Amino acid sequence: MLALWNKIWTTPVVTEPVVRTYDDAQIEAIARQVDERARRLFGRSLHIREVDAGSCNGCELEIGALNNPYYDLERFGMHFVASPRHADCLLVTGPVTRNMADPLKRTYDATPGPKIVVAVGDCARDCGIFAGGYGVVGPVSAIVPVDVVVGGCPPPPSMILAGILAALDMRDNPQSVRSTDGPVSDDGAQ
Amino acid sequence: MLTQILIEVIQLLIVGLGAPLLVGLVRRVKARLQGRRGAGLLQPYADLHKLLAQEAVVSETTSWICRFTPYLLAATMLLSALLVPLLTTQTPLGFLGNIIVLMYLFLLGTFFLTLAGLDAGSAFGGMGSSREMAVAALAEPTVMIAIFAIALRAGNTGLDEIIRRGAADSLLLLTPGHLLAFMAFFIVALAETGRLPVDNPATHLELTMIHEAMVLEYSGRYLMLIEWAAGMKLLIFLALLSNLFFPWGVALAITPFALAVAFVALAMKIGALAVGIAVLETAVAKLRLFRLPALLSGSFALALLAVISFLFVK
Amino acid sequence: MALSEAMTLNLLLLTLGGFGAGAAGAVLAARCPHVSRLAGHACALIGAVGALALGAAGLAGGTLDVMIPALLPIGGLSLGMDRLSAFFVLVIAVAAIPSTAYAITYTRAYEGKSSLAGMGLGFNAFLAGMVLVVLARNVLTFLVMWEAMSLASYFLVMTEAEHRDTQHAGWIYLVMTHAGFACLLVGFLIMAHGTDTMNLSEWHAASATLSGPMRHAVFVLLALGFGAKAGVVPLHVWLPKAHPAAPSHVSAMMSGVMIKLGVYGLIRIGFDWLGVGASWWGGAILVVAAVSAVLGVLYALVESDLKCLLAYSSVENIGIILLGVGAGMLFQSYHLDTLASLALVASLYHTVNHAMFKPLLFMGAGAVVHATGTRNIEEMGGLIKRMPQTAAYFLVGSVAIAALPPFNGFISEWLMFQSLLLSFQISATGTNLLFALSIAALALTSGLAAACFVKAFGITFLALPRSERAEQAREAPWMMRGAMGLSAVACLALGVAPVGIVRLLNTTVADLTGAQADVHFNWNVIVANDAFAVVSPLWIAVALVSLCALVVTALRIIGANAAWRAYETWGCGRALQTSRFEYTATAFANPFKRVFGLLYRPVKELDIQFHPESRMFVETIAYRNETRSIFEDALYGPMSKLIQRGAQRARIVQSGNVHLYLLYIFMALVVLLALAG
Repeated sequence: MLALWNKIWTTPVVTEPVVRTYDDAQIEAIARQVDERARRLFGRSLHIREVDAGSCNGCELEIGALNNPYYDLERFGMHFVASPRHADCLLVTGPVTRNMADPLKRTYDATPGPKIVVAVGDCARDCGIFAGGYGVVGPVSAIVPVDVVVGGCPPPPSMILAGILAALDMRDNPQSVRSTDGPVSDDGAQ
Repeated sequence: MLTQILIEVIQLLIVGLGAPLLVGLVRRVKARLQGRRGAGLLQPYADLHKLLAQEAVVSETTSWICRFTPYLLAATMLLSALLVPLLTTQTPLGFLGNIIVLMYLFLLGTFFLTLAGLDAGSAFGGMGSSREMAVAALAEPTVMIAIFAIALRAGNTGLDEIIRRGAADSLLLLTPGHLLAFMAFFIVALAETGRLPVDNPATHLELTMIHEAMVLEYSGRYLMLIEWAAGMKLLIFLALLSNLFFPWGVALAITPFALAVAFVALAMKIGALAVGIAVLETAVAKLRLFRLPALLSGSFALALLAVISFLFVK
Repeated sequence: MALSEAMTLNLLLLTLGGFGAGAAGAVLAARCPHVSRLAGHACALIGAVGALALGAAGLAGGTLDVMIPALLPIGGLSLGMDRLSAFFVLVIAVAAIPSTAYAITYTRAYEGKSSLAGMGLGFNAFLAGMVLVVLARNVLTFLVMWEAMSLASYFLVMTEAEHRDTQHAGWIYLVMTHAGFACLLVGFLIMAHGTDTMNLSEWHAASATLSGPMRHAVFVLLALGFGAKAGVVPLHVWLPKAHPAAPSHVSAMMSGVMIKLGVYGLIRIGFDWLGVGASWWGGAILVVAAVSAVLGVLYALVESDLKCLLAYSSVENIGIILLGVGAGMLFQSYHLDTLASLALVASLYHTVNHAMFKPLLFMGAGAVVHATGTRNIEEMGGLIKRMPQTAAYFLVGSVAIAALPPFNGFISEWLMFQSLLLSFQISATGTNLLFALSIAALALTSGLAAACFVKAFGITFLALPRSERAEQAREAPWMMRGAMGLSAVACLALGVAPVGIVRLLNTTVADLTGAQADVHFNWNVIVANDAFAVVSPLWIAVALVSLCALVVTALRIIGANAAWRAYETWGCGRALQTSRFEYTATAFANPFKRVFGLLYRPVKELDIQFHPESRMFVETIAYRNETRSIFEDALYGPMSKLIQRGAQRARIVQSGNVHLYLLYIFMALVVLLALAG
């Protein structure tokens, strides 16, 4: 599990939560990289269900931007779906509040496997500035197993994209699939 | 005998394998029109393939209806694929039924899908079922009157015969009744296959859904079958529109060359219609649910006008 | 095959003997309800089987001629059988056999509550009355049997007479059925006077002697009388009240068969008694039929009383059947006899189909109502898990009545569509348009019927139970399930193998129209009108099943993930799912209510009581969304007011003064003498 944790953190696309401005060239580079792989794998498909577990909606704005023509998530074979039953990826934002802890768990259980969970934003990683708040249960990893964490407050769309791609890689290369012996949790959150 | 089996197998393959490609084409063109690159044409295959690999999560409150429906839905569409003349006017299994049988097969699928929508006991499913049934029921008169117009023109309700007579009299295609019937049938096809402005196939908002709301509970292979069936339904409707109203290139005799020509012609006609749908979906917004009766009664009026014009020129 | 008359006579005796024994047994064992119930219904079952054999013998060419002058005045009891009569005897039998078998167990619930002797007597008299109506060959026999059938069914409707609703329903039924009877009586008398014969079989030949206006008058009167029994709009008001009030096996017979005798009468006047009529007769029936079909299903759609929904759907199906009758009459007036035959074949086919799936649905509804103690489908739900077999049979009935392949309703509606589509052979643009609109009406009806039965089945049987009684519901006893299973199998059989029956129907209607329908059979393919339309029901069924199997195998071969996991219904992560989250029947029908608002004229009331401290908190919400019947508001309400006002005026003559009454008698005498002189 520790090895996995390490792997997640050493995955190059997931960096320290420094807000960087990715310019067009970088997005192009990611796009090309994905395209190449996509051709190799006869296309790829990822259906994403977004769960707002108590976010300030900063991350949602950035996630929403993924759908716009500039980032155009669909070209990678990914799109947002209306039901966790249709999804194989949960995109979770925000510190998990008391009201959303149970719904988040239910959403996770309602998603058919194999599935991946991407925690988006500083709050999802370690509760961010809300840490210790009375209404906050903990980071996403305290509730459901997280595969990839994308830091940032909020992370730019390209980073979110990179995080999803990293998670996809884990899914597509079976040797790196996380074992299912428990949630990846951040000790500080308990 | 062997050729006949071969033709039916080809029909099954065209509909079964062509459906995801058609869906991909419509999405791709729409993306381009929206200034995006969009997913590749083959993306729906990857989606379906992915769904097959997933486990199926089934609601605890459901019964066998919910698990049976996807198979039945796929079967009705495959059966329709056997009936519809795609390449030739000598469809070997054409004797199974005429155009009315085809419409009732679609209604059979809708019937079970709406039951499945009610099966899980979620408010979304019930809402979707209620709306889907409302649209299907209100579209039915237009379908039949359009069929009446076609039968008036061809003097027959058999699919093969309609195309044969249409191909024999090319000037008939320019009559106003023909065009009116085509427009009526086109609107009905949009309604039946859940396209804009009746239903938005890409919506995420439960309250605006019709078809999607019914299938919110489905996952894994069940969802794959339903999406596949929806694609096949679109393909069959477009094939009907292109072959019944524009019977160009359909093989009147079964020779390899004629079949090849027919295949190319079919691909081009369906492609053109798919592009048309994509353009339309980019240009119009979804209608409010209670505006739909106006659209459908408009299409009914078109169909009735088609009948009247055929009655007068008879 | 020539059948000896003695044989058909024996079958008739078996039929009537069964019903007679049932009635006698039920009355004799009145002291012991258990025996009375068994004797009454078991003997009725024997009678019904006899009727099946009698009908089959009649269709095979057997005839019957019974004349007993001593039994009735003016012509005596006269019975005879042609193919049409035989067909309707068969229709009675196919509905009666499962219904009586069902009743043997079903009536147990009435032990100690109602008089089972009365029920047994009434039920047997009802069945015998129906058989004798279609066999009647002179005016008095017909009218007496008609009245016997109506009265017997009235007493059966009043089984639970302690309920106010039932009393009301019975009252309306009695009034409507007698208003219809009055029309019939006058019509028959004019006809008998004009043709100078009371013998019904001679009317066809003698009708030519009737003057034109008289024929129109007879047609209108008889059509009103038979239409009231058939329950066509706007004479349908009794039907959705009376049918649900009766016990379910009686509802099954009333909805499945009794109203068909109205159709029988209409076919008789349209094709037999009055000869070839004016074209407006057929047109009028076509219009009434189209209106009945659409309005019947629209009212069924918003109904949440399960049995009432089924009763309204009977109005719809009568509409569909009469579409064929009206079209046939129109075709005949344009001398298109083969098309007339096709329309009649479709119509009769739908008649026998409806006599199969409507009893099936009523039996299913009876089982459900018995298990849940309510007729309101808003309190049901989840019954598919508690009553799996009943649910399966009800589903078969629903798919069949929604006219979907591969069940029997599909074939008859398919034939009906072909006969209507072929109307383009008539060269009169107005008539063509009428047909076009009736095609649209039939199409709308079939779409709405599918919606209606998605609602009926989906809300009743699927999802979570909405009440405690529904949660504790138990499967019906084996006898009831067996009866439903029998009907379900019959629905499937007539759906996949219609060839035999269509051939029989074709010879039946050829007797009436003089020409066989242009329907050919090529083993299992029906080819209507020179390859105008083709269908092969058996192959469709086989193909559907094998393609389902193909999909299952294909998924297995390409290695689809076969794992599945049960989890709660997706509800956006809410804490628990209860039946209150479910879509209700009212909500399901609401889009239709809005679209056809002009017709339903929905009354919507929303009453919200806010908390006195803040409007943010709601204490109670009362919501009412009802539909009003335009017929009761606009037609029957004013009419009954008018009659009441007239009655008030007429009271003046009834002063209570004996001398005045003597004066009336004297004056009446004088007037009569003056008239006679």
